[in-house]
Amino acid sequence: MSTVATATAGEAQVHAGHDDRSFIRKYIFSTDHKVIGIQFLFMSLFFLVLGGLLAMGMRWQLAFPSDPAHPLPGGSLLPETMVNAGIVLPEFYNSMVTMHGTIMIFFAIMPLLVGVYANYLIPLQIGAPDMAFPRLNMASFWLAVPAAILILAGFFVEGGHAGAGWTSYPPLSVESGYSGVYNGQVLWTLSIIILGFSSLMGAVNYITTVVNMRAPGMTWFRLPLATWALFITAILILLAVPVLTGALILLLFDQVLGTAFYKPDAGGQPLLWQHLFWFFGHPEVYILILPAMGFVSEIIANGSRKPVFGYKAMVIAMISISFLGWIVWGHHMFQSGMNPLLGASFMASTMVIAVPSAIKTFNWLGTMWRGDIHFHTPMLNAMAFVGMFVIGGLSGVFLASTPVDVQLHDTYFVVAHIHYVLFGGSLFAIFAAITFWFPKMFGRMMNETLGKVHFALTFVFFNLVFFPMHRLGSNGMMRRISDPTQYEHLQAFQPTNRMISMWAFALFAAQLIFAFNFFWSLFRGKKAGPNPWRANTLEWSTPSPPPHGNFATTPVVYRGPYEYSSPESDEDYLPQDRPPAERPTPAPEPVPAGG
Amino acid sequence: MDGWLPQNVSTFGGEIDSLFYLILGIAAAIFVIVEGALVLFIIRYRHREGRKAAYIHGNNRAEFVWTLIPFLIVVFLAARSTGTWLDIKSPERMPADALELRVTAKQFEWNVTYPGPDGRLGTADDFVRRNQLHIPAGRPVRVTLSSEDVIHSFFLPQFRVKQDAVPGMSITIWFEATEPGEYTLGCAELCGTGHTRMMASVTVHEAEAYDRWAREAAGPDPSTLGDGI
Repeated sequence: MSTVATATAGEAQVHAGHDDRSFIRKYIFSTDHKVIGIQFLFMSLFFLVLGGLLAMGMRWQLAFPSDPAHPLPGGSLLPETMVNAGIVLPEFYNSMVTMHGTIMIFFAIMPLLVGVYANYLIPLQIGAPDMAFPRLNMASFWLAVPAAILILAGFFVEGGHAGAGWTSYPPLSVESGYSGVYNGQVLWTLSIIILGFSSLMGAVNYITTVVNMRAPGMTWFRLPLATWALFITAILILLAVPVLTGALILLLFDQVLGTAFYKPDAGGQPLLWQHLFWFFGHPEVYILILPAMGFVSEIIANGSRKPVFGYKAMVIAMISISFLGWIVWGHHMFQSGMNPLLGASFMASTMVIAVPSAIKTFNWLGTMWRGDIHFHTPMLNAMAFVGMFVIGGLSGVFLASTPVDVQLHDTYFVVAHIHYVLFGGSLFAIFAAITFWFPKMFGRMMNETLGKVHFALTFVFFNLVFFPMHRLGSNGMMRRISDPTQYEHLQAFQPTNRMISMWAFALFAAQLIFAFNFFWSLFRGKKAGPNPWRANTLEWSTPSPPPHGNFATTPVVYRGPYEYSSPESDEDYLPQDRPPAERPTPAPEPVPAGG
Repeated sequence: MDGWLPQNVSTFGGEIDSLFYLILGIAAAIFVIVEGALVLFIIRYRHREGRKAAYIHGNNRAEFVWTLIPFLIVVFLAARSTGTWLDIKSPERMPADALELRVTAKQFEWNVTYPGPDGRLGTADDFVRRNQLHIPAGRPVRVTLSSEDVIHSFFLPQFRVKQDAVPGMSITIWFEATEPGEYTLGCAELCGTGHTRMMASVTVHEAEAYDRWAREAAGPDPSTLGDGI
């Protein structure tokens, strides 16, 4: 990689991997979509750990509510405005609740799914040298950095970090007199506004790239489902995030300029925020699950060595979700004081959106049916996604039914539901995706044994943590309370709460295995060839890691992405860019000779 | 019960509970079928030397069936839920002969305004109790909810009642207690640093006992108690 040696390199060699960019251009202010994807990966993994630590803080408090005999471990490192004599203060508990949700959704899961994989995969899977707008892409990452700095800064300001929940309902989020939080709440708002612009820059890029830069032969129905999912997600981001940004700007005005968009005492309307927030927020839920569905579709087909069952049905299901996702936001507001008739119609649309999710689930099962299933680590995590997503989907039906939601709304049932979707669903898909594309990104395999141990422990502990929360919720344990023992009807559940906390600590500890495996494999992992999983999509026909510019020559696509076990091939896979003539003996012109 | 839902002491709670168990039953059946298929396929189609996966791209009839069945199930559940929902929350369907109460939430307390001996709210003999909700059994109660500061949520887990109290809005709900006893009122919406302790006691009296309590609580001379706590 010496700059001297490459000073004479010609155009063609740039594509062969010798490029003469300086270190800074190559690894820091890089316009290469792969580097940007990897930058997002490291940033969002950092936030994943931070979000997890906040959850551990909450679980400690719930296991030993304000119990001086069990001071918060490490609590003495925190200032007295957060933890006093080992006891978590209510202000800090609210900050943990708020920042766990905010960080996990905006700074961990969303960038892991979209920032990392839309960047990394789209050009590779469609056979393009890079994104349509590489500089915009770089700006997208470098705008996420100040957003990240602001959100971290909130922990250090007087009055503590934002404490109005990740949903930031006004008036609590706009009046510091009500929340006790001053600059933290403003930093929160600013950070999410800036992050929104970052997402928008990414989204226009992904859409333009998929529309315009597909390799010859890469028709829409030959697109890998991961790219389809990311494409649809980008459209959702493009349409949903501006609504949030607009709502946040009004919130910021209320916070710092004294306007009253959401403040009732001066004629504002708190429910306006909820409508705007959830009009963004429900498509956001699909932004957080559609890419995961795409990755899982790739990996299940690969693990089963079988074409995706109902490829077109999968695409149509995702498109239906992306339409229906716009008309279900009111289910977050069933008990908000919204007109009950409106609630009834939102119930109908919410129920119907279960259908495309069911279609996808059955198609994953159909893909495994009569397959030849290889249980590599990505496959194990992808199957866990299917199993856990089913539970998250079914618990959603309870919440969709408005009368049942009366009991379950804002309880731990919702906490269980969202974690079955976002952890059991999205995060297992992220584990699957990281282990699956790690060899492509870094040229080395992750350790399979460690990967399987991590998978097994995570799967078991995850269920032990979150399944019992359904019962806590249906029995009336409210969300976001820091001490359930104060309630008579919840006292009987304190042993359950304590047990959940113990398993949660174990769940967190199990992630250290993944972290170790990740960093160890970066340097010591087995060298991966270009196509270690014997997969079909175009990213596997470049070297691992692919050079700047991705493909030495533009690939030509001859078939769909999931031609596993095709009779056309002696092997159990058939890459999209392998010319048909290459395999069977070239047919002579006039009459095929018989024998 | 079986541990899924707490004791129910309201008239419409039973309907909510039966819907809950209906969905639980359907969900359990789907869970067993889907997860069962997943486990079965994992065992049955695991990699063996020489096995080659079937080269199948899909089946339109299967797609049709597994689109239609979930659709019918969810439409049925939505239809089944709508009546109960409107019975609970629709202002048109609220019982007319109810005891009227006003609950005003503020950080971090529930202030309940009771009608005095004249039985009507908004008159001089109204009286207020902080963090104590007293209601009669066997008579519907209409509660008009509002908040003085942030959004709170009026949650009676044993009554299957939940409704946000929103500043700037007056929202009316109703319920009817079936069994005398002591219960809990909690706040289900994050409302600030005291959210966890924003609770009130709920006392359900026998009908006559409630009247007696209200008479005593209102005090001997209503005109001097208009703003009393």
